[in-house]
Amino acid sequence: MLEQSIFYIFAALLVVSAGLVISVRNPVHSALFLILSFFCSAAIWLILQAEFLAIALILVYVGAVMVLFLFVVMMLDINVSTLREGFSRFLPVGLLVALLMLVAMGLIVGTAHILPDTGSVAGQVESGIGNTRLLGRVLFTEYIYPFEVAGAILLVAIIAAISLTMRKPRARRTPKPGNQVNVKREARVRLVNMDSATGNTGEQQQDD
Amino acid sequence: MMMPITAEMMFVVPELALLVLACLVLLCDVFSTSENKPLTYWLAQVSLVVVIVLVICFNPEERISVFHNHFILDPLSTVLKVTVCAASLVVFLFSYHYFKARGQLQGEYFVIGLFAVLGMLVMISAYSMLSVYLGLELMSLSLYALVAMNRESGTASEAAMKYFVLGALASGLLLYGISILYGISGTLVLPELAGYISSHTGSRIALTFGLVFVVVGIAFKLGAVPFHTWLPDVYEGSPTAVTLFLASAPKVAAFAMAVRLLVDGLQPLHVDWQGMLIILSVLSMAAGNIIAISQTNIKRMLAYSAIAHAGFLILGILPGLDAGAGATYAAALFYVISYVIMSLGAFGFIILSGSADHEADQLTDFKGFAEFNPWFAFIMLVFMFSLAGVPPFLGFWAKWFVIKEVIAIGHIWLAILAVIFSVVGAYYYLRIVKLMYFDQPDTMPAIVAGRQVRLMISFNGLAVLVLGFVPGELIRICTTVLMG
Repeated sequence: MLEQSIFYIFAALLVVSAGLVISVRNPVHSALFLILSFFCSAAIWLILQAEFLAIALILVYVGAVMVLFLFVVMMLDINVSTLREGFSRFLPVGLLVALLMLVAMGLIVGTAHILPDTGSVAGQVESGIGNTRLLGRVLFTEYIYPFEVAGAILLVAIIAAISLTMRKPRARRTPKPGNQVNVKREARVRLVNMDSATGNTGEQQQDD
Repeated sequence: MMMPITAEMMFVVPELALLVLACLVLLCDVFSTSENKPLTYWLAQVSLVVVIVLVICFNPEERISVFHNHFILDPLSTVLKVTVCAASLVVFLFSYHYFKARGQLQGEYFVIGLFAVLGMLVMISAYSMLSVYLGLELMSLSLYALVAMNRESGTASEAAMKYFVLGALASGLLLYGISILYGISGTLVLPELAGYISSHTGSRIALTFGLVFVVVGIAFKLGAVPFHTWLPDVYEGSPTAVTLFLASAPKVAAFAMAVRLLVDGLQPLHVDWQGMLIILSVLSMAAGNIIAISQTNIKRMLAYSAIAHAGFLILGILPGLDAGAGATYAAALFYVISYVIMSLGAFGFIILSGSADHEADQLTDFKGFAEFNPWFAFIMLVFMFSLAGVPPFLGFWAKWFVIKEVIAIGHIWLAILAVIFSVVGAYYYLRIVKLMYFDQPDTMPAIVAGRQVRLMISFNGLAVLVLGFVPGELIRICTTVLMG
């Protein structure tokens, strides 16, 4: 009973904060509400005894991703009014589609075709193995192949991000110490022959 | 069935080799100082050849599934993997010369290209919904990056953005469908899913609900109407060398994804997905062939032609009602391989006729082409006749095989529609032939492409011609790999 009421508290908080993420005007506030919704889902995972996932969600998403996100939102000057253009124009169509989807999904999910059967997970948790160890064991045995493919995806993400953002060295305005040391006197100093009687410089005489 | 993990590694040697070689190419690229990166290019080509050899060496006699059924090795996967690697080999050759001529060559192109190939191999060999999805993401992520790689071009950035946003949406829909199917059946492995569905009595509405999202994901990746809107913009906006890549190897991977998910995993639901596929296929053939007529940009025209061909391909996947499923999608397999060969040629021809300061992507650029370059005009004529399905070229046999199978499973009206739309499509293919042979040239810049590009396109054209005269061997391969 207590577990259920805790679940409903966090679930309600999650839905409210997720709604606020897309409806508040200030982008910083919506990022903060996103953090709140991450906390609520972490709490729900804790109720499901998935403590590793809950902690990973807070460490990775709240600790790393959202902090970066806030940096970007605060540093860029995002014009909110242009982002909201067309909101009221597309609202009726959007609402209609959402309503249709809601009805369709309600008909299917509501008729108990999808069973909330989490028996297998709960059974393994009760056998005394922790959630973290359980995940690790599964990842490196049963799911080793998908796990390695996921690693390759992350590698591609790194390579692609670097190759899309890095400028070529020649585009950067960095001094080259080697060239500075090797510079010859002739390249920097020019001796000019001045004729004191006429006041003309040697250079002009040459031009004549 | 349980093997130690080191023994299971034996079956993924081609994939492992490709991963290691791609990392090696990356390292060589980082340390190479030469302007045109010839070392990166040649290493990438050698890697693909090595993978082809390994795939053929490890060709299995029968179906072997390892890694807790996440990975499958069967004769079908061998054929598809060789096609993907060979197509990528041709694409890399064209791309190298294309980017070199324009001074836009980046070594990362080949590294990311190799990872895209790895993603396709994973998709081809996927036997669980998780591996299908991960392979798809590995491939798509690499392709988004390839489209965006030329940062100076505004159209390329726009194309990359459209491709990325719509691709992510489609992946999300596919994942949603997969999660619903997993939620109902409690398994990710495709044959176990099929087993659950056939033993499941009672209402199938929730299963169908998940199936719809899976079909949408597949249709998006194949570029079938009404999930095709990204395709013309992306094909037109990308650098032609990247368009060449998008139009060839990923089609094979998308076909593999469709076969694995629908035939291996959701076969018991075929009554439901058959209707969806028929709608997709008729719409694609109609919209693709009719809209292509009004295009003036040849890349856009070939994009709509790709949509029409996707419709034909989907026809080939339709299940037989009582006959063994094997024979029916042999036609689709033959079709996708033929399409890749023809598509490589058609887009390769655009690369051949363009130069660093003139991208030959308008139809008017080909006016009077035959007067100056009779040989290459003839090669393009072969590609256009073949894509239109004129006998005796390769494309005719592909269409003939699909239509024969469609009649064999009893959809006569579908076969009639397919023929009608092919005739409509013939108009815009033959228009290019007319422009090349019967129109007066405005200005005809000479072909500046190098010897390798010329040789490759000639070889490609001759392949379409020769395979058109003797298609028997390729058809035999396609039917036998599905019998086992």
